[in-house]
Amino acid sequence: MNIWLVMLILGLITFVTRFSFIALLDRVRMPKFFQKALRFVPIAVLTAIIVPSLSYYNNALSLSPNNPRLLAGIIATLVAFKTRSVLWTIFVGMAIFWVLRIWL
Amino acid sequence: MDKISNPSFQFWLGVREELPILLGVIPFGMIYGISALSAGLKPAEAQAMSSIVFAGSAQFMTVELIKSVTPALVLVVTGMVINLRHALYSASITPYIQHLPLRWKAALAYLLTDEAFAVSIINFQREGDQNFRHWHLLGSGLALWTSWQISTAVGIFLGAQIPSGWGLDFALPLTFIALVAPGIKDRPGLITAVIAGLIALVFFKLPFSLYILLAAFFGITAGLLSEKK
Repeated sequence: MNIWLVMLILGLITFVTRFSFIALLDRVRMPKFFQKALRFVPIAVLTAIIVPSLSYYNNALSLSPNNPRLLAGIIATLVAFKTRSVLWTIFVGMAIFWVLRIWL
Repeated sequence: MDKISNPSFQFWLGVREELPILLGVIPFGMIYGISALSAGLKPAEAQAMSSIVFAGSAQFMTVELIKSVTPALVLVVTGMVINLRHALYSASITPYIQHLPLRWKAALAYLLTDEAFAVSIINFQREGDQNFRHWHLLGSGLALWTSWQISTAVGIFLGAQIPSGWGLDFALPLTFIALVAPGIKDRPGLITAVIAGLIALVFFKLPFSLYILLAAFFGITAGLLSEKK
C-alpha cells in the first residue's frame, strides 16, 4: 500500500467534505435524515475500532480478566465518562495497563 | 469604528478563544505522532499527514488500520465516513461566509476542524456587524493548525526515543474512548455504541477490516430507529 497516495486521497476527501456546502452557492439544505444520522457517526465508527482492539489480545479473542487491555479499557471508559478528559483517560488507562501486565 | 468591525480584533479574538481548547489538542497531537511511528510510519509521513489530512480522528483511524494491514480502499472509505460530520459544519457556516471570494472560502474550509468550528460558530451567531466574522474563524483555525503541526513534531521526536515494549500503542484506543464518551449523552447514543461494538466484535475477522463499515451501518441505523420511539 502506498501511504502517500492514501494520505493524498484522504486529504482531498476531507477538504471536499468541509468545502461541500460552502461551495454550493444556492443554499442546498441537507436532508433531515442525513443530519440526524451524522450525530451517530463518530460514536459508531470509533466504538467499532475500540471494542476489538480491547477484546483481542495477542491476536485471539480474550474476554477474561486476564486480558490487561480489556480490563484497563473498561476502567478507562469509566474514567472518560466521569472526567470527560482525554488526559485523565489516557493516564489512568496506561497506568492500569502497565500494572496489570506486570501482575498477570 | 466598532471593535467587532475590525479584522485584526476578530482574528485575535479567534486565537484567544481557541487557546483553552489547545490544552486538550496538544497532547492529542503528541500521541498521534508517537502512535504513527509505533505503527511503522516514517517521521516525514507522520508529519505530512498532519498537514495533508489535518483531521485528528481520521489520522488516528488511519494509523490504527495501517497496523492491521488494511487495504487502501477500506482506509479511504472509513476515513470518509468518520469525516462526514464536517459536512454539517460546512452547512452551518455557509450563510455567514457566502459573500467572500473563493480563496477565502477554500482556506476556511481547509481550517474547518471540530475545534475551530466549535468556537467560531458561537462568534458567528453573536449580535452586531457580521462583515468581519470570518477573521475569527481564520484566527481559531490557524491557532489550531499551528499547534497541531508542532505537537505532531514533538510526538514524532518523543516516539523515536521510546522503546516499543512500553506498549504505547494502547494510548490510541484510550484516546478513542476519551473522544467517544462525552458524545454518548442519551439512550440512542448508547444504543449506537452497544450495537456498533457488538457487530465489530463478531465480524472482526472478516477480510478488509469490513467490520468497521458493517458496525457503522448497523450502529447508526439502530441509533436512528431508537430515536423515533
